[in-house]
Amino acid sequence: MNAPVTKPIHVGLKPTPFIERLRPLNKFESLEYWKGYWSPADYGNAEREYFAIRNTSSVFDLSPMTKYRITGPDTVAFLQRMVTRDVSKIKVGRVGYTVWCNDEGKVIDDGTLFRLGENHFRLCCQENQLFWLSHSAEGFDVNIYDETDEVTGLSLQGPTSCSVLKALGCEGIETLKPFEMRAFPFAGGEVVVSRTGFTGDLGYELWIDPSLALPLWDGLQEAGKPFSGVEPIGSHALDMVRIEAGFIAAQVDFVPADQAIRADRARSPFELNLGWLVAMDKGHFTGRRALLEEQKNGSKYCLVAVDIDGKYPADGSIIYHHKETEVGHITSGIWSPTAKRNIGLASLLVPFGKTMLDDLWVEIYVMRELKWEKLMVKCTVVKAPFFEPARRRATPPLTY
Amino acid sequence: MAERADKTRDVIVIGAGHNGLVNAAYLARAGLDVLVLEKNDHIGGAAVSSVMYEGWTYSNCSYVCSLLRPEIMRDLELPRHGLQVIPYEGGATMMRNGDHFATYYDHDVFREEMRRHSRKDAEAYDHYSTAVMKQCRWIKPLLLRTPPDPTSFRPRDLQELLYLGKHFASLGERDMGELIRFFTLSIADFLDEYFESDVVKAHFAGSGIIGTALGPYSPGTAYVLLHHYMGDIDGSVGAWGFARGGMGSVSSAIAASLLSYKGEIRVNSEVAQVLVENGKATGVVLANGDIIRARKVVSNLDVKRTFTKITDPKDLPGDFLERVTKFKIRGSSGKLNISLDGMPTFNNVPAGHSSLRGDLHFTDSMERMERAYDDWKAGDWSRDPYVDMLLPTQIDPTMAPPGKHYMSVFVQYAPPTLSGGRDWDGPARQQFADTVINQIAACSPNFKDLINHYEVRTPWDIENEVGLTEGNIFQGELTMDQLIFNRPVPGYAQYKAPIANMYMCGSSTHPGGGVMGAPGANAAREILRDLRIHGMDPRQEIEL
Amino acid sequence: MTKSYDHIVIGAGHNGLTAAAYLAKAGGRVLVLEARDAIGGASATAEIAPGYKVSTCAHLLNQLHPRVAKDLGLASHGLKFAGTDLPTTVLGASGAVLRAQGDNVEGAISPADRAKYAAFRKKLLKFSKRLQPMLLTTPPRLLNRDFKQNMDLLKLGWAIRSLGRTDMREFLRVAGMNVYDLVRDDFESDLVQVLFANDAVLGTSMGPRSPGTVLTLLYRLTGEIAGRQGALALPQGGMGAVADALAAAATKAGAEIRTAAPVARILIENDRAVGVVLSSGEEIRAGHILSNADPRTTFVKLVGARHLDAGFQRDVTKIRTKGMAAKLNLALDSLPAFTGLNQSDLAGRVILSESIEQIENAFNPAKYGEYSPTPLIELTIPSVADPSLTGPGKHVLSAIVQYAPYHLKAGWDAAREDFLKTIMARLENFAPGIGKQVVASQLLTPLDLEREYGLPGGHWHHGELAIDQLLMLRPVAAASRYEGPIAGLYLCGAGAHPGGGVMGAAGHNAARTVLEARKSGEKAA
Repeated sequence: MNAPVTKPIHVGLKPTPFIERLRPLNKFESLEYWKGYWSPADYGNAEREYFAIRNTSSVFDLSPMTKYRITGPDTVAFLQRMVTRDVSKIKVGRVGYTVWCNDEGKVIDDGTLFRLGENHFRLCCQENQLFWLSHSAEGFDVNIYDETDEVTGLSLQGPTSCSVLKALGCEGIETLKPFEMRAFPFAGGEVVVSRTGFTGDLGYELWIDPSLALPLWDGLQEAGKPFSGVEPIGSHALDMVRIEAGFIAAQVDFVPADQAIRADRARSPFELNLGWLVAMDKGHFTGRRALLEEQKNGSKYCLVAVDIDGKYPADGSIIYHHKETEVGHITSGIWSPTAKRNIGLASLLVPFGKTMLDDLWVEIYVMRELKWEKLMVKCTVVKAPFFEPARRRATPPLTY
Repeated sequence: MAERADKTRDVIVIGAGHNGLVNAAYLARAGLDVLVLEKNDHIGGAAVSSVMYEGWTYSNCSYVCSLLRPEIMRDLELPRHGLQVIPYEGGATMMRNGDHFATYYDHDVFREEMRRHSRKDAEAYDHYSTAVMKQCRWIKPLLLRTPPDPTSFRPRDLQELLYLGKHFASLGERDMGELIRFFTLSIADFLDEYFESDVVKAHFAGSGIIGTALGPYSPGTAYVLLHHYMGDIDGSVGAWGFARGGMGSVSSAIAASLLSYKGEIRVNSEVAQVLVENGKATGVVLANGDIIRARKVVSNLDVKRTFTKITDPKDLPGDFLERVTKFKIRGSSGKLNISLDGMPTFNNVPAGHSSLRGDLHFTDSMERMERAYDDWKAGDWSRDPYVDMLLPTQIDPTMAPPGKHYMSVFVQYAPPTLSGGRDWDGPARQQFADTVINQIAACSPNFKDLINHYEVRTPWDIENEVGLTEGNIFQGELTMDQLIFNRPVPGYAQYKAPIANMYMCGSSTHPGGGVMGAPGANAAREILRDLRIHGMDPRQEIEL
Repeated sequence: MTKSYDHIVIGAGHNGLTAAAYLAKAGGRVLVLEARDAIGGASATAEIAPGYKVSTCAHLLNQLHPRVAKDLGLASHGLKFAGTDLPTTVLGASGAVLRAQGDNVEGAISPADRAKYAAFRKKLLKFSKRLQPMLLTTPPRLLNRDFKQNMDLLKLGWAIRSLGRTDMREFLRVAGMNVYDLVRDDFESDLVQVLFANDAVLGTSMGPRSPGTVLTLLYRLTGEIAGRQGALALPQGGMGAVADALAAAATKAGAEIRTAAPVARILIENDRAVGVVLSSGEEIRAGHILSNADPRTTFVKLVGARHLDAGFQRDVTKIRTKGMAAKLNLALDSLPAFTGLNQSDLAGRVILSESIEQIENAFNPAKYGEYSPTPLIELTIPSVADPSLTGPGKHVLSAIVQYAPYHLKAGWDAAREDFLKTIMARLENFAPGIGKQVVASQLLTPLDLEREYGLPGGHWHHGELAIDQLLMLRPVAAASRYEGPIAGLYLCGAGAHPGGGVMGAAGHNAARTVLEARKSGEKAA
């Protein structure tokens, strides 16, 4: 046996192209698990980071985000069969948010589709999806390639983000409409900027070759100086703003259907308040027949935004009707520093949340000076988002 | 000894294997006067630790722990009686091309390792785990329940059948189908649905064949995999660990628990015959002629031994005996226990690598594994065997002197009887050992030099010492015709023998083998029920 | 101008023809479209050399459902038998011969085995009898059953339950076993073990030791032919005669059959099957489309991925269809001399194998993508009882050669010649000189069976007969009641419950499902 000793694989967190800049800033080494990558939870003060998103500009390292390049003559047909949205309506140069379902019409995951060409899409999502993508691709002439480590992403979000990008040299960025993307020359290469994000505020996502990641970082820091700076943020701050925006997160507000072990845990798009993403008239897609049935027979669950009395975050709390019957639970809950309300997203058993809106109560456990106390507080179904500044949708965006 | 007149006991348990001990401990805990009789000079059956070479403790037979039901550990307070189970992480299959496939505790590291072999497989792994987990979750509540008799109209059987039906339906339509597939698919077909890399498949397939006389291509082996996955350590499903001090410490902890409940164990007390009077079991006759009487007699022996060796055939209904003889208990495994002067090095994995602290294998393709089975079918041990090899002394400091190691090598396949009239108790035993040692040495240059001593256990040895028919580690094949209400014999899956006051509590009964303790606990529940003693009702399947 | 039809049946295999005949009899306008020039699918007779006709694929009739034969009046449409209740002869090592017919057995069998034989066979037949009602029942769903389905399920359960306690227990035990253990538990004589093992493994991808082979044996014994359960018959004129009678019944009732009309795809509009498009481009519409093609071909090829849910497509792709049986047809200038066999033996069925271990050993190479050097062979020489096939003096031999895997490592096109030599050498062992009698030969490997007869993977049953591919799971849970996810499209072939064998049950059940749909459709209209 002359074969060489095989070197075992690297054990430890995977670095991202920004790690050289980010690690020194992360003084408490506070990290969040994301697919084994080095990904910050916060830089010591999530609240401050939160206000950077809502007040100036923030940057978040999107490198671990799973990215699939989908090409080939059947690309559109393949996507039409896989996702619930009508992909033909996403024009080249635009981005669309969508979900995809299993046969039973339950959501497997959500993600954004970037249409880079007639037959060239990029699918960005939180989880690894190649298993489902490749099974869905059987019978279609498409090529699916995981380009996660070949495309670096950086999210620049906040009221000053447009101005910062202008200062970076992105000429005409102010004409970029929500869900549009455009390439700009940068450092001898290019940076693709899409007006997308997970914050419900004005913001952009920047896509670039990993070799230009550090120059981009440095460039943004420099460009941001006149605009009160560009603050690196972690997942904690991001989580706060996405709840304010009413956005759902996989593994938090729903269990991806292909990972659900218990039969009743998966949820349909309707049950996640994402019915607007389902294009029943576009022809067949996976789960369509089940969703038609659900439309006919009614959904079992619903997901709603709620306003909870008091100030204690209700994350994970059980919701009761008439303080007696369990009817659901809070999937995400925070005190919103901007809305100045105690807010949350809640999964409820229909008809609660649909027609039965009154007399809902949340059981919250709070610790006051080492003593746990149980509160039964009122909970009101409201309309998300909890905060929606005009700059989010305006083109050109209002100056700060 | 004979002069000591024994009083009539509440219960006599024949055999101090782990199930016999669990059974006895539960009964003693309920206040019964229990006597356990063991033919050997030590307890534990196949869960034993023994010193065969000065300074080294071997787990002679069973060698790792996962299936022992947590409910039993808690009920019998086994940790208080000295049981410590230490999980091990990782493992590796060493490949013929010099490479290896390692498993890692860390999900992402494991994923990267799979990607090294196949990107597709890395993606498929989570889906595979979810599928297995779903089925394990379904099966677990059934382990500590008594199977119903589907031919009966008794309310209890109907109620239990109804429960099974409801439990089945709770899976949802798609997974109901998946469950049926698990009982009938071969592990090869099942793995093919997820993985493409041969070494990845071979690594996972091992659990589908260990202890069974089936090859990985045989229908039904997917279930055997489940059987090995349904254990957990501290809630980590499918995890395996070492019992600190060797597997004997499982037995001694149960024994200590039994003694704490005022039960009694007698070693060197072989039972020759179950005493039956007026169609009722009334006690046992020992090999030395002593008679001990009891209200209930429980046998921990496998069903063949129980009814063909220590029961008079005239006490049994004819068709029952016929089915007992048709019950398939097939020896398919052997074992080497090796005392090593130091840690062996391996060509395929660098010294100190985490995977060496787990289960190690050399079979890197499904075809090699299946061919190993073909040898067994032909009445020979595998020329290229599948081994499950561990060095527990890397984690457990109690089993060998400092710096020295104990190696446990489980070998699949070895037939109970060899073709061509060869006898295991002859040169064949050494030839079998050489086959295994050479396979290890091919990947480990210093292995042979490190060997101080080794013990070879063929199916013949296991049968002769432990008393497992044919040396089968599960006391009966885990095939569909011998599971749930068919185990051990259709119509007698409720732990009761066809003789009044006689019970079975060995792995021949539901839910089968592995150091699980469930058959012993279930039999105890049935006995207490018959005695109208409360305190051991079927578990509620609330997830805690 | 194309005519319009109520029902289109894709494929004129025996199940397709059965469905067509039932639908036409019920007054529907039916069109059967067959890709090949001949009808019958695997139930076919063809000339392999001038003056030599033989059943090219299936060669014995043992399962044709009596209800189908009666309802469609097959006898009045020309189905005659050259032999019923055929004897089986097992030819083992050095001229050992076992002769079996019905419950009688003689020859190379120990007295103890002989004494047990009839009772053992009766027991199996009794168990199989209990499975018979299942054949014509549309499988109830696993969940969300309606009243009718619950009743069906109860009936199926009751059929087993009413065996009585002892027999039911025995049934539940043996149903999951392997045939090797089953017969060795009771018999010591090699050839009687071979007799049962052959019937259990033929056409499957399993060896005698594979769990599940008792089930395939019981399945086979559900068959009843000419009023006898578990018997074998030889149709006059070969298996093509069965197809001809079915076709006659169908056309008599008004169905139209077009051969050489391959369907390229099924037309789907608004999520409903509304017609077919032929390879020629011709488009034909109908209210219901029945597919006699296997489920994978039907859904993946003819319907296409874009009309299917991805999970369903994956399930259909996963159906296990590994064929391991080849077919050899020989034209012979005279009757071959099998050592120890007489003319009346050769009028029946002959099995060539020395022992059940030999069968298991023959299975071994097939697991690794190699054909067996000593395959298990079941043969008939139909021309002995039916001279119409060849004329006097000449003969045809039809042999099923078990353990030739579809996925051959060497590739079938390269290995076909060698495999033929291997089989001939094996035959020569039992019938010295047979090689010199061969006028022409036709070898159909599993790959050929797929190419020529559309049997996926060369598997006779369009999918392995195993518990996970039976009843409510055949072919997959979401299409187990003949109707899949696409409204208006039905499966009527062997891939659907209750599977293959020239039985006609799948065709019968599918037609019944379509007629029910038609009725409720009319009611709604």
